[in-house]
Amino acid sequence: MKDDVATPEDRSASLKGMGSSRKRVEDVRFTQGKGNYVDDIRMDGMLFGDFVRSPYAHARITRIDAEAAKAVPGVIAVLTAADLEPLGLHWMPTLAGDKQMVLADGKVLYQGQEVAFVVAEDRYIAADAVELVEVEYEELPVVVDPFKALEPDAPVLREDLEGQTEGAHGPRRHHNHIFTWEQGDKDATEAVLSEADVVAEEMVYYHRTHPCPLETCGCVASMDKVTGKLTVWGTFQAPHAVRTVVSLISGIAEHNIRIISPDIGGGFGNKVGVYPGYVCSVVASIVTGKPVKWVEDRMDNLMTTAFARDYWMQGKIAATKEGRITGLWCHTTADHGGFDACADPTKFPAGFMNICTGSYDIPVAYLAVDGVYTNKAPGGVAYRCSFRVTEAAYFIERMVEVLAIKLGMDAAELRRINFIRADQFPYQSALGWEYDSGDYHTAWDKALTAVNYDALRAEQAQRLEDFKAGKTRRLIGIGLTHFTEIVGAGPVKNCDILGLGMFDSCEIRIHPTGSAIARLGTISQGQGHATTFAQIIASEIGIPADDITLEEGDTDTAPYGLGTYGSRSTPVAGAATAMAARKIRAKAQMIAAYLLEVHDDDVEFDVDRFAVKGAPERFKSMKEIAFAAYNQAIPGLEPGLEAVSYYDPPNMTYPFGAYICVMEFDVDTGEHEVRQFYALDDCGTRINPMIIEGQVHGGATEGYAIAMGQEIVYDEMGNVMTGTLMDFFLPTAWETPHYTTDHTVTPSPHHPIGAKGVGESPNVGSVPCFSNAVHDAFRPFGLTQSHMPHDHWRIWRIANELGLHG
Amino acid sequence: MIPAGFEYHRPTDIASAIGILQQHGDEARVIAGGHSLIPMMKLRMADLAHLVDLQAIDDLRDIEIAGGEARIGAMVTQHELITHEGLAGVLPILREAALQIADPQVRYLGTVGGNVANGDPGNDMPGLMQCVDARFELVGPEGTREVAARAFYEAAYFTARGDEEILTQIRIPLPVQGTGYAYEKQKRKIGDYATAATAVLIGNGTASVAMTNLADTPIWSEDAGTALAGGDVEGAVAAMLGAIEPMADNRGPAAFKKHVAGVLLRRAIERAQQRAG
Repeated sequence: MKDDVATPEDRSASLKGMGSSRKRVEDVRFTQGKGNYVDDIRMDGMLFGDFVRSPYAHARITRIDAEAAKAVPGVIAVLTAADLEPLGLHWMPTLAGDKQMVLADGKVLYQGQEVAFVVAEDRYIAADAVELVEVEYEELPVVVDPFKALEPDAPVLREDLEGQTEGAHGPRRHHNHIFTWEQGDKDATEAVLSEADVVAEEMVYYHRTHPCPLETCGCVASMDKVTGKLTVWGTFQAPHAVRTVVSLISGIAEHNIRIISPDIGGGFGNKVGVYPGYVCSVVASIVTGKPVKWVEDRMDNLMTTAFARDYWMQGKIAATKEGRITGLWCHTTADHGGFDACADPTKFPAGFMNICTGSYDIPVAYLAVDGVYTNKAPGGVAYRCSFRVTEAAYFIERMVEVLAIKLGMDAAELRRINFIRADQFPYQSALGWEYDSGDYHTAWDKALTAVNYDALRAEQAQRLEDFKAGKTRRLIGIGLTHFTEIVGAGPVKNCDILGLGMFDSCEIRIHPTGSAIARLGTISQGQGHATTFAQIIASEIGIPADDITLEEGDTDTAPYGLGTYGSRSTPVAGAATAMAARKIRAKAQMIAAYLLEVHDDDVEFDVDRFAVKGAPERFKSMKEIAFAAYNQAIPGLEPGLEAVSYYDPPNMTYPFGAYICVMEFDVDTGEHEVRQFYALDDCGTRINPMIIEGQVHGGATEGYAIAMGQEIVYDEMGNVMTGTLMDFFLPTAWETPHYTTDHTVTPSPHHPIGAKGVGESPNVGSVPCFSNAVHDAFRPFGLTQSHMPHDHWRIWRIANELGLHG
Repeated sequence: MIPAGFEYHRPTDIASAIGILQQHGDEARVIAGGHSLIPMMKLRMADLAHLVDLQAIDDLRDIEIAGGEARIGAMVTQHELITHEGLAGVLPILREAALQIADPQVRYLGTVGGNVANGDPGNDMPGLMQCVDARFELVGPEGTREVAARAFYEAAYFTARGDEEILTQIRIPLPVQGTGYAYEKQKRKIGDYATAATAVLIGNGTASVAMTNLADTPIWSEDAGTALAGGDVEGAVAAMLGAIEPMADNRGPAAFKKHVAGVLLRRAIERAQQRAG
């Protein structure tokens, strides 16, 4: 037999299983323009919906007159809150326990808010009719600053909550206050701060930005009045959760709802939430009996669907004079916009902000977060991060730098002496997490060696001398970051969204000829699930990855799961995949033993077959076993070879990384150059190194954008000043730095294959890395903190305020 | 981001194009590359009933170098400008500037004529054309006339061009041999307008300096040119900084722009001086 001459290594390689840089199977269609996105969906009689949006950030609506719009040939309907009210759909629940207007109910709370929904025969007619809807506004005072929003005489934004002193997450102490969330030991932390050798204090602002996926949000809703079945194709990062939410909101039985996420052009958290466009499309389809499409344009997306960050983090960090950190204190003012529409697990109104002790062994800590309403768009989603981890990582990585300045220490050394040691894992953090595994010192030393850290510092010092001597106008900054992520939400015991436990799932069916299909509760938005999850199955059961089809996103066929965000797919659905595969392998073992006429325990798995122990020439390949499952009557076994697994993870996973960058800054123009960016990631077991590298490049590029220029800016009137890609920075190939990637491997002890997830690490880690390089360059002149984004004029302002312009 | 409805015209000669403009008055606009006008239409900030596309008029696509000047047809694209070896030999500053406009895809469609005629203070070509003392040929119902680039720009989007006139050609006197040149531009990213930009020519006892996106028109400063011609770099910088009036926007506050303008100008002058000779 040909098989007999193949070595186990050859057989293993032909599977393209875990560890293989298998090419992405998705890219054949994506690179040929053959993807199938929401806006590619066309149906007979399909209508198109478009919004009338508020030009004001805060105003009362005194009149809406849609008669002229309705008179336009091809306009089918114009929906307002008054039309939705009888259905109870003029407001909808948010994922954060608040409620949100679907269409403006008497007033608007932010610029771009949805006021009316025009339904027409095509999108051109709809756009024309939108212009003809007359809305009369009475302007109200605008609040865009969360601190001003909490002043006693601040305007009341949410009149619907008047008199409600209890919110979804406890008491509300002001009419614009949403919640206070406290973690850790306040008294003990304040005691440490009062007695510490050194306390560094700083306000660290992580500005408002936006995930800005290349494909904007959209959907096609189709109510079949004959069957009573509602089908919705949409840009949904969590299709099953959407199905349940739609059922709960609309009263349509869940079995009569089918949610389909087709190809999705990037999500980054922007596509987790439920938006007015989805609700209006569904209602419009029910009313008209026709499919209704709604697709945002770029300005709609940037102005109205979920933003990210906007956290004001006041920090205090205490240490001994030798630099041992003894305590951490943080008070965050969180700007949530007009509605609290964060997408966080129910018990975590500030997400996992309480991972803000980072990679450090900090004995005592306290965190309080106050959520605040302002006249800005709602959101607060995890932009390529796990529920506020980027905010937490930015905060601690800035505070460590600020402490290093106060101590007069090298920031790399300060980190090293405070890292959680490898022998301390599993590690209980002061703010309540159990870090599963890590080896920070090894990663840190590898990173410092790789970039030749001491030589960089020497070069930087020389450059500084040259600068002071007038020989150059360019300074060097060295950015350091060691971040710890917390991903894979999460254990059902403490993680749910709207009461839905955050497990995930995989179903595998082996076909008689030995190929397979697997379906998962997650949904790829570009991550390459069809490539990597097939690799897990290939390694677990010995079927080539190329012979495995992977499907996600159709709630009528996929098993229930909570979707893809927060780097949860590999930690949760990836684990379910391995567990389902192991169920199949266990049955295959019994089939093989029967075929080989030995006891079950006398065969062992060998790459792509079961062989008799001690007699490897006697074996049955997985192909043979699969066929036998369908054509043999095996005593005591059901026919077929299928399995499903619902995996409730015992803990989160804790990927980490050591990032170092070298940047140069022109003090006269504020321009910068990224000379070098080194990214070491430890995501545990590596499934596809090529995809990991791609994830790091993509995430670090987003991080570069955020740190160096990307922001959503409001003026005092609440006007969005960054509504197009002219002003909202999305790097092109030209601006994107070159990256060097590296890794260590510390497998997760509780994950079936030891994998931890990596998609979001580079965004979490690179933002403080770039920002720290800026601060490092100006540290010799007295800079301690300057807020992002570090675009040209803000770098120039740093230099200007430090007196470097003569 | 969907424009209101409009009639699309595609004349094949200038006379027909002017006829359409005369017929529809201010309801009609000429479109060249469309990179400024189409976004404005999509944002419904420009609402036009008639769009007159010039791309089928072959006469507007020529580049000629003769009689001591370069004649560039209005529909010549930035890409054609960049790749024209003859122009690069006699007016290398054009290539240096055009390479700093947006990205290759934009430059394949964006035209020189559209860039200078639109009157957008963010465009690079108007300041450059003032620096090189270009003249614009305008054809209208009354015939053909020429307006100097230095007299063409009145305010943002307001120029000396009449509503029924079409800018058909740009004529640039060739600098004498040994003229140094430089175009310096600071921008936030590819595809952005300038935070500040400057065009400088120096040589043979003359100099010319213009700046872009630092006022509601491009700024050519005669005093700066005179000072620079006399070797007074700081005088030239001071004259120019006195002439610009930058406004705060997302690129930064006015003080920052003014500072950057000075830095870029000194750098451009230094580079132009090195090239002169």
